[in-house]
Amino acid sequence: MATERRELQTQPEGQPVRRMERTRTRRVFTPKVDILETGDAVQVTADMPGVDEQSVHVTLEKNVLTLEGTVDWKEPGSHELLYSEYEVGDFYRAFTLSEAVDQNRIEAKVRNGVLTLTLPKAEPAKARQIQVQAG
Amino acid sequence: MAMGYRYGMWDPFDELERLQHDINRMFSTWPRSWRDTPPIRLYASNDELILIGEVPGVSPEDISVSVVGTTLTLSVKRAGYEPKEGESYHRRERETGQTARTVELPYHVEADKVEARVRRGMLQVRLPRAEAEKPRSIEVKTA
Repeated sequence: MATERRELQTQPEGQPVRRMERTRTRRVFTPKVDILETGDAVQVTADMPGVDEQSVHVTLEKNVLTLEGTVDWKEPGSHELLYSEYEVGDFYRAFTLSEAVDQNRIEAKVRNGVLTLTLPKAEPAKARQIQVQAG
Repeated sequence: MAMGYRYGMWDPFDELERLQHDINRMFSTWPRSWRDTPPIRLYASNDELILIGEVPGVSPEDISVSVVGTTLTLSVKRAGYEPKEGESYHRRERETGQTARTVELPYHVEADKVEARVRRGMLQVRLPRAEAEKPRSIEVKTA
């Protein structure tokens, strides 16, 4: 019984990042993404219509890359909505990165409602010459 | 990830909430039929129609809007990137190519006064109502 309790206590620390409840009650969509691997980087492109660089948040924590975008949409004042094919909402998507990404050099750009992330591949550990001393 | 545990305590609703969350995510990317691309909304007032379309990643020169009678035709082109030698897609979900669709408007509009602009990947088209079709109130006099 004693071991069980210890396990319960250490679990919150060891848990991977879990999606917390949002304080806003907005609809949340999963944006469509393309993931392209080039020679020296991985490029993630996400469709987030309605966002700009101010309303997009990209965070990296414990190898989890999180993309969040908020959309600020105001309904036209005195117009009636006749026909709708989409809902307005925020965007959220998270990915687990491998060790092969250089997390310090990640770049993010937003243009025309599309977020483009460039994740450079980590350089392999350079070979080091080890001096051999006599003695 | 320990199923059923929240904040270190067993929570009977945790698994149900995860299930609901996963199902919501599944439905949010429900594939749309080709006729509904790009997705639009149509708003109307007595004097003006507003058409909004989701066109992420499309520049203004790749969008064409035309009106004939009460039919609006919207065509959008988005180029896809073809991987070169040594490149490959792990995932490819975004649509590319050319689509065209027509929308029936509830009334005639002044074609010369139609304005269209793109911002943050959203297209907004304002179509003022044709003068001849604006409702006029008629004064009723006693005979």
